Amino acid sequence: MTHYVHKNNNLLIALVTGGVIVWLVIYHFLQPMTDWFVDSLLGMTQGTKLTDAVRFFVFEYPKVMLLLLLIIFFVGIIRTFFTPERTRKALEGRRTFTGNVMASLLGIVTPFCSCSAIPLFLGFVESGVPLGVTFSFLIASPMINEVAIILLYGLFGWKTALIYVSTGLIIAMIAGAIIGVLKLEKWVEPWVFEVHSEQQDEAEERICFSARAQMGWSAVKEIIGKVWIYVALGIAIGAGAHGYVPQGFMVSLMGNNTWYSVPLSVLIGIPLYSNAAGIVPIVSVLIEKGASLGTSLAFMMSVIALSLPEMIILRKVLKLPLIMTFVGVVGIGIMIVGYLFNWIF
Amino acid sequence: MIEIKILGTGCPKCKALEKLTRIVVEKAAIEANITKVENIADIMRYNVMVTPALVINEKVIFKGRIPTMNELQQILTSL
Repeated sequence: MTHYVHKNNNLLIALVTGGVIVWLVIYHFLQPMTDWFVDSLLGMTQGTKLTDAVRFFVFEYPKVMLLLLLIIFFVGIIRTFFTPERTRKALEGRRTFTGNVMASLLGIVTPFCSCSAIPLFLGFVESGVPLGVTFSFLIASPMINEVAIILLYGLFGWKTALIYVSTGLIIAMIAGAIIGVLKLEKWVEPWVFEVHSEQQDEAEERICFSARAQMGWSAVKEIIGKVWIYVALGIAIGAGAHGYVPQGFMVSLMGNNTWYSVPLSVLIGIPLYSNAAGIVPIVSVLIEKGASLGTSLAFMMSVIALSLPEMIILRKVLKLPLIMTFVGVVGIGIMIVGYLFNWIF
Repeated sequence: MIEIKILGTGCPKCKALEKLTRIVVEKAAIEANITKVENIADIMRYNVMVTPALVINEKVIFKGRIPTMNELQQILTSL
């Protein structure tokens, strides 16, 4: 079913390799280039707040964009191996727990955007993927998002990125399993179970590397085209706050010792519908100014995983009590993560 | 006369695909009947989980993405 203009595979491999080498050189020399740009070209005085803010932006923005470019390209290629049809086939008839673990993991790599949430939900349920397993997928997929992971890696380091991925996975697995055990099928709109597809999954055509690379590249164009402005805004706000907002500003509101900060952050996060690209740079400043890691993680997860627009979309297929259960279970999971990390660090 | 259906619940990408299809059909002077399918139960009949999708004469040609203009023209003129 895929129609692609097939280019020469060798030429393409050469292009990709060349691109990666150019990338590595630029990434390696980013710090000296930033210093040259700020100190020599702009001729700014060293050590002032304004210089610090400009230096922060001029270094962090290209760094994050470079990381996005490289990783989205390769994730885009990996994703061509995981179509929603294959994922559905892998999850059909899986029991609670095994199914939830698999669904959460597949949620990371299966490409899907929020406007496809309904057809995806219907397609899964129709072919016999259990409700709880479907939910694990629907929770993991937006929460563990590649842009969020790259930004966390770029601005915080690999440990925080890993913590985010693993706690997100655990929440998706357990929340889905709970929804499965509670047997909430009665709160799914009845017409959902009457939907039937008349066509079978067709045999997939073998796709050559050049077609996969083209798909990776269109993922880059699509995602970067959408997020570059949010990343710029987020890092600009970060750069401003970096120099001008006093240290410890966030301690009283989002610090370690304020017990209510975690649930408050989750509540504030639900109506905030920002994409990961905008929220991570802002969270990095919150932490720098004294917000604790647990509270900040909880805030970020709530913004990304629990979004009001998605709930409104899901209302078409789910009755209100099920949506509330979904928000409740995921919200509690996020709060547990928040408290846990406030307690550890 | 070919029967073209665009499946999509109304997301920006679905609208973009409809627009692109109309442009290509007009440009290549293809005799076609283009309809937009927005009802989700009707979309599901085609076993499509990611929108938008393009259906030509009741066969799903691709789903989940917008093709380039050249690609779409190739598909439509090679019928």
